Amino acid sequence: MTQDDYIIQAENLHKTYRMGATRVPVLKGVNLAVRPGEFVAIIGASGSGKSTLMHILGALDRPDMGVVRFMGRDLSGFGPGELNRFRNRQVGFVFQFYHLLDELNVMENVYLPTMASTGLLGWLRRRCWARGRATELLVSMGLGERLRHKPYQLSGGERQRVAICRALMNEPAVVLADEPTGNLDSATGNGILEILEKLNRAGQTVVMVTHDDRIAARAGRVITLADGKMI
Amino acid sequence: MYRWLLASRYLLKRRITWFAVLAVMLCVFIVVVVMTVLTGLVRDFTAKNHEFVGDVVVGTESLVGFAYYEGFLERLGQADFVAATSPVVKSYALISPADSDRNIGVEVMGIDLALHCRVTGFAATLHYHAGDWPRAFEPAGAPDLPGCILGIDLALDRDRYGRYNFGPSIPRISLAVTCFPLTARGALALAGTSVATTKTFHYSDTSQSGLARVDSAMIYLPIEPLQAMSGMDGPTKRITAIHVKLADGVKVPVGREKIAALWDRYKAENAQQPQAHLLETVRVQGWKENRRSFIAAMEKEQTMMTALFGLVGITAVFIVFVVFYMIISNKTRDIGVLKSVGVSSLNVVRLFMGFAFCVGAIGSLLGMAGGLLFLRRANQIEGWLFEHFGFQIWDRSLYVIGDIPNQAEPRMLVVIAAMAVLACLAGALIPSGRAARLRPVDTLTVARL
Repeated sequence: MTQDDYIIQAENLHKTYRMGATRVPVLKGVNLAVRPGEFVAIIGASGSGKSTLMHILGALDRPDMGVVRFMGRDLSGFGPGELNRFRNRQVGFVFQFYHLLDELNVMENVYLPTMASTGLLGWLRRRCWARGRATELLVSMGLGERLRHKPYQLSGGERQRVAICRALMNEPAVVLADEPTGNLDSATGNGILEILEKLNRAGQTVVMVTHDDRIAARAGRVITLADGKMI
Repeated sequence: MYRWLLASRYLLKRRITWFAVLAVMLCVFIVVVVMTVLTGLVRDFTAKNHEFVGDVVVGTESLVGFAYYEGFLERLGQADFVAATSPVVKSYALISPADSDRNIGVEVMGIDLALHCRVTGFAATLHYHAGDWPRAFEPAGAPDLPGCILGIDLALDRDRYGRYNFGPSIPRISLAVTCFPLTARGALALAGTSVATTKTFHYSDTSQSGLARVDSAMIYLPIEPLQAMSGMDGPTKRITAIHVKLADGVKVPVGREKIAALWDRYKAENAQQPQAHLLETVRVQGWKENRRSFIAAMEKEQTMMTALFGLVGITAVFIVFVVFYMIISNKTRDIGVLKSVGVSSLNVVRLFMGFAFCVGAIGSLLGMAGGLLFLRRANQIEGWLFEHFGFQIWDRSLYVIGDIPNQAEPRMLVVIAAMAVLACLAGALIPSGRAARLRPVDTLTVARL
């Protein structure tokens, strides 16, 4: 297989954090390759570096050493503007704590990525499309009655579904989900996993981080991270 | 678009934001009220000084005066940029009511009423002859007697409301006016056997120029008798100033320049005259320059107040800084989310600067509205306070100030609002920069929540 066959490829990733005077190595030479349409689960104990890996794959953080390639292009060669466009259009993040903006309603939270990528005039042109797309996503997630609700008026599961809708808003190449069920009860978490499975069946590439073996087993491929290395 | 959406939501949802709006509003309110009152006072005072002297003054500070003025009056009369001229004699005198030993020192101004009223706003300062100024030097019931016009504070007292208690008609009061005549060389001239000349004048009107120094120490006499009493008559008459009104549309600096050029030529032509040395003391000044010593004090006070309110502005900047620092500290997660959906650091700055702009704009609008409303009612409020609590901003029995000036200048309002918005942007700059530097990974990781 060539580099171009992978949607995301990580080679020899190293990352060390400083905690006061102490240096804590988190990633110690991680290699990873994800093909388009795959559902990959990265499993590991707390502190094994899986969230750090996820952030590096999504260009929210930079590795100290190593290379991350997106569709064959090295992310370290991206300028600030390209990185912003990459985060806006190519990846969609789903966080454990949903991270919805309290001041915006459900609909506004979902179309935030589209608003973020357009100026005022661009938004005037695209707002009908954006509202339609956001409504379509929310209805598909069973949130058609919650469009004008504020995040604090939703349950945890509903919030996470809104977060998934936001991640899908700009039709990204990859969805990066960091412990998407970690803050939910098992029934609700199961519902979220079903959504991710359904998305994957429709062709969406999903990379999910979890510490739960049973949840990881729902993915197409499981990668175990321990002590900063792939096992 | 999301920037304005979020900025407006932060503004509406975050209660602490309203403290910043309140701080800006109060600052703008105070600045609008104080600057309007102060600017009004300065504007009023400046306009009264302009009215008092006309547009340009060709004059000397010397009490000896200068000679050969008639020829220059002719030249000015022929100039198309001059509308009217008024020769004036200024001196000092002692006045005492007839049959009294009590006297006070005053400034005395000799004027040709008809000419002076064309050049200055003198006619409008008269009380008894308000609509009949050509007869202002005619005492009541005795038009043939020599009349004098007194500065209003020399003639009357004010009550606590600042009102003068005029009688129904001009009181019959005789005043002995004593001057000290000077020769063309500045020595005391003997007037008969004495060095002083005294003449009796009859109170014919009052003049209220609105200038405290003038109204409390100036009497006005017809020019000829004062020339005689000051030693400025004789074959070569002297005066101390020519007040000039420029033709319509001629700007004061331009008119002053032209008159100065005329004067220089005239002076050169008369250089061989016996009293030519007196012409050297004459200066040609615009009205503002002529009254500079009075106006400058007020303008300096205004400048000082502006500087002090600059400090109030710094306080507003600091309050906005603190509020924004607190808001941004509470919004780090939002910043992380925004960056995770591709918002650039620059746009994070623009978001919070837009937020600061909203705070400044709303605070300015509210402060200005409140300030204008307060100014509109300021005199009524002061009147009510005076009636119920005896409080007055200025003691009207002492100060020559009528109503509180309350006409705000649109340009000043625009400047104040712009400065308030700039102050907010300055206050938000450092916290916004801090927000822009935040790394999303530092705000979104579970361990940091």
